[in-house]
Amino acid sequence: MTGWRFDFHGLRLEARVSGALWWPEGRWLLVADLHLGKSERMARRGGPLLPPYESIATLDRLGQEVAALDPLRIVSLGDGFDDDLAGRQADPIIRHALGRLAHGRDWLWLCGNHDPSCPEGHPGEAEAVFHLGAVLLRHEAVSGDGPDISGHFHPVLRLAGERKRTFLVGDQHLILPAFGAYTGGLPYDDPALRRLVPEGLALACGRQIHALPIRGDASGWNTKKGRQWRPGLR
Amino acid sequence: MTLPAAFQDWFSRQGWEPHPHQLALLAAEGDRLLIAPTGGGKTLAGFLPSLVELRQATTRGSVHTLYVSPLKALTADIGRNLARPVADLGLSIRIEDRTGDTGQTQRRRQRTDPPEILLTTPESLALMLSYPEAPKIFGGLRRVVLDELHALAESKRGDQLMLCLARLRRLSPGLRVTGLSATVEDPASLARFMAGEAPVEVILADPGPDPDIAMLPTARPAPWAGGGGHYAIPEVLNAVRQARTTIIFINTRAQAELFFQALWAENDENLPIGLHHGSLARESRARVEAAMAAGELRAVVATGSLDLGIDWGAVDLVIQVGAPKNVKRLVQRIGRANHRYNAPSKARIVPANRFEQIECVAALEAVRARDLDGEPRGPGPLDVLCQHILLTACAGPFDADSLYSEFTSAGPYRGLARADFDACLDFAATGGYALRAYDRWQRLMLRDGLWQLRDPRAARLLRMNIGTITEAEMVRVRLRGRGGAPLGEVEEAFAASLSPGDSFLIGGRVVRMDAMREMVIEVSPQPNAQPKIAVYSGVKLAMSTQLAHRVLALIGDPARHASLPVQTRDWLSLQSQISRLPEPGLLLSESFPYAGLWHFALYGFAGRNALQTLGLLLTREMEQEGLGPLGFLSTDYALLIWSMDPLLDPAPLLETARLRAGLGDWLAGNAVMKRTFRNVAIVAGLIQRNMPGLRKSGRQATFSSDILYDTLRKYDPDHLMLRVTAEEAGRGLVDFGRIEEMLARSPRREHLMLERVSPLAAPLLIEVGKVPIRGEGRERLARIEAETLMRAAGLMEIA
Repeated sequence: MTGWRFDFHGLRLEARVSGALWWPEGRWLLVADLHLGKSERMARRGGPLLPPYESIATLDRLGQEVAALDPLRIVSLGDGFDDDLAGRQADPIIRHALGRLAHGRDWLWLCGNHDPSCPEGHPGEAEAVFHLGAVLLRHEAVSGDGPDISGHFHPVLRLAGERKRTFLVGDQHLILPAFGAYTGGLPYDDPALRRLVPEGLALACGRQIHALPIRGDASGWNTKKGRQWRPGLR
Repeated sequence: MTLPAAFQDWFSRQGWEPHPHQLALLAAEGDRLLIAPTGGGKTLAGFLPSLVELRQATTRGSVHTLYVSPLKALTADIGRNLARPVADLGLSIRIEDRTGDTGQTQRRRQRTDPPEILLTTPESLALMLSYPEAPKIFGGLRRVVLDELHALAESKRGDQLMLCLARLRRLSPGLRVTGLSATVEDPASLARFMAGEAPVEVILADPGPDPDIAMLPTARPAPWAGGGGHYAIPEVLNAVRQARTTIIFINTRAQAELFFQALWAENDENLPIGLHHGSLARESRARVEAAMAAGELRAVVATGSLDLGIDWGAVDLVIQVGAPKNVKRLVQRIGRANHRYNAPSKARIVPANRFEQIECVAALEAVRARDLDGEPRGPGPLDVLCQHILLTACAGPFDADSLYSEFTSAGPYRGLARADFDACLDFAATGGYALRAYDRWQRLMLRDGLWQLRDPRAARLLRMNIGTITEAEMVRVRLRGRGGAPLGEVEEAFAASLSPGDSFLIGGRVVRMDAMREMVIEVSPQPNAQPKIAVYSGVKLAMSTQLAHRVLALIGDPARHASLPVQTRDWLSLQSQISRLPEPGLLLSESFPYAGLWHFALYGFAGRNALQTLGLLLTREMEQEGLGPLGFLSTDYALLIWSMDPLLDPAPLLETARLRAGLGDWLAGNAVMKRTFRNVAIVAGLIQRNMPGLRKSGRQATFSSDILYDTLRKYDPDHLMLRVTAEEAGRGLVDFGRIEEMLARSPRREHLMLERVSPLAAPLLIEVGKVPIRGEGRERLARIEAETLMRAAGLMEIA
């Protein structure tokens, strides 16, 4: 078993160890925060010249999920590209890889804060938000406006001494980890995330999914003595 | 040049006679390296020629003498010390320091109106040279004084300094350079290190009388294992009582904290004893230093943070707690006691456990024989070169050929191949990737035959990344409440293991964690709690090769055991009855059952880093052979592995070729390599170092350098940064060279199957620092933790 199956507002879903979300009934594959073109954007702005392979690495990993699941539709929950320019000027290698992945299936790009005008010139449709049953798909969860499935925050938690990407499953909000290779993380218990998911489950991506409870009281499980795993403090 | 009468008079008025080495430096025409013990008037010797020249003519508009020291504190101290002769002699010269603490206004003024004597650090010098005004500031430079060169030469800071020196020699031909160093094993090699085009002559000062050095006799014998040395507290206190001022050196920060606490628990007379280590807040360290200088402290417990620097004339005793690991460092530490020239330094050693007792005896023999150790210096590393190329570009356009010839005039880079230089230049310009992705966004562009920054605004970012010191990320600790006093810092990884309510030890006091905000831990005092011990996982110093050989020779020769304490003698004699003693030329190993598991002990005497690497490699082989290794432990002396099934014949696993193959394909993915990569990537400018205060608390702020490492390994395995990482790891943390050295010097192998624990292995079983085997095991641990938690929360059924 590499995934973790759970229900969210009438949807039977599977959190994948890759950080993608799978909706088996409709054969939809959802990913958040691919941040394609990130290294180039940093270079363009005079920053460090990072290894320019993260888009390939990200799409390679996405390709493995596509090969394993054969989805009918792929949904990028915003920040698919690191900025609008990265989307417009995407490298031929990225274009080719995207074309291959999208071949024979739908692709839905939601807009994010990094790519507000939605990617143009790539296969698929672009939307601001989209509905999946009773649930809204959007880039960033809005408190009091759930239920929704979103990305944006790149949640992580520290488990057995290692930082792991993590899904957060609350009553109203389901938040995906970032799928992109060069993405940092926000601790799952940061106030911004606590506000959205005060209680529920954290599904951490290791070689398998590790499920951990998120408790309502802020001093919850992480204050108990003698545990080896702790929330990330980054 | 001879000593002018006014200077001669000044010496006489102090009641001093100039030392021969001071006069020798004055008379010297070219570059010199002065090797003198502490207290030999080394610094004055270095400045004397400058003062004499400046008395004759001052150089307005350009620095005359540049002084570089490894410590900021030292520049301030030197400034104060120089002020006196300068005033006495009526010299009208300005002496200023320029360090990370120097304010913006003074920095700006120094650029337009530089002082005659400028005191600085390697990092600040690199920064000054990265400004376009550098040729003006240093164009008239006459002299450079490099203080504590032996310490600088041990790290990349020295390599960077030598590149800066090469630049200074270009800016001001005819410059004279004086290196000042404590006693080192190979003065000629240090002289080559600092030399430019012309060779550097070594001046050896009289080393002074032999030190008064011995073991500190204790009522209780040293314990079998551990590193605390607490058994000797009463004797240490007694020694402190009898001396005027004592420095107690301890090898690690955590041990210093614990020893300090234990010392105070028995300090009934309230002798004023302070604590000094690199993780304490700057304010606390400054307080201790000031109290020390004022003679208010009877003792200070210190780590390597006091290895260098400020002369406290009053120190008359040095106590080394724990094995010194390295004879040269022991000698340099001993020199801290009694800064009166020509008086013997007094030092006492406290071994922390039985193995260390043998090591201390061997080290004392080496000190008496004046047989210093030291690993030969490798060629200058390329990550430093990459940084220097970028900084050169910040100062202005450059020609590649002339920069290459400038670099090869620096000691550490004399053998630099053009191809390596070109690879570094390509890295600095384009990132050096096989996928030429950044042709439009190159950092450096070639215009009219000269390399320059594509975007001059990038200079600001590059200057922020100056320096070669890369420490683990630290989190500051301060007392709770508005304006709570800063206490120091702890490693981020340790901070991550803390939860509100946890107690830990810092600055000699137990505190309780209240909250963590914005990379600051807020704490309240909690004197009576049982504290956690902060982890400072910096590179642990391994026992030097030469000292290891001495230890092995001592153990292997029962005729020499008379020099050991009686309990240690009995211990070794028991070992020779039950098993056998290790000896030079023999690699001894044992297998025995204990507590339901099989244990394999290998007496390699190759230092802890090499034996840790060997542990990682051997457990991997054992995993493949189905022996079920569960963990291992490495010390400077031995490696202990425990497993489900016994290792019957280690010989095939210990073949160099097999180990080397394992190193290549497996260690590359190891955390040690990733840590090495991070350091290399920061120095080379591939990733930006995290500046305190600039760090955002947002998700985009940082992503792990491990991701970059994995990406490069997968998509660009021949990249320069991976090559540099492999070279560096081979020397430092991985230390594979010493595994090969161990195998080469031990042609005989002997493996004994024992029925029970051997005497030599027994202390290893209670030693701390066990390494569990990772990989699948780690994942299993996470699984168990998560399930326990879900069950505790009553949530096991929900999915």
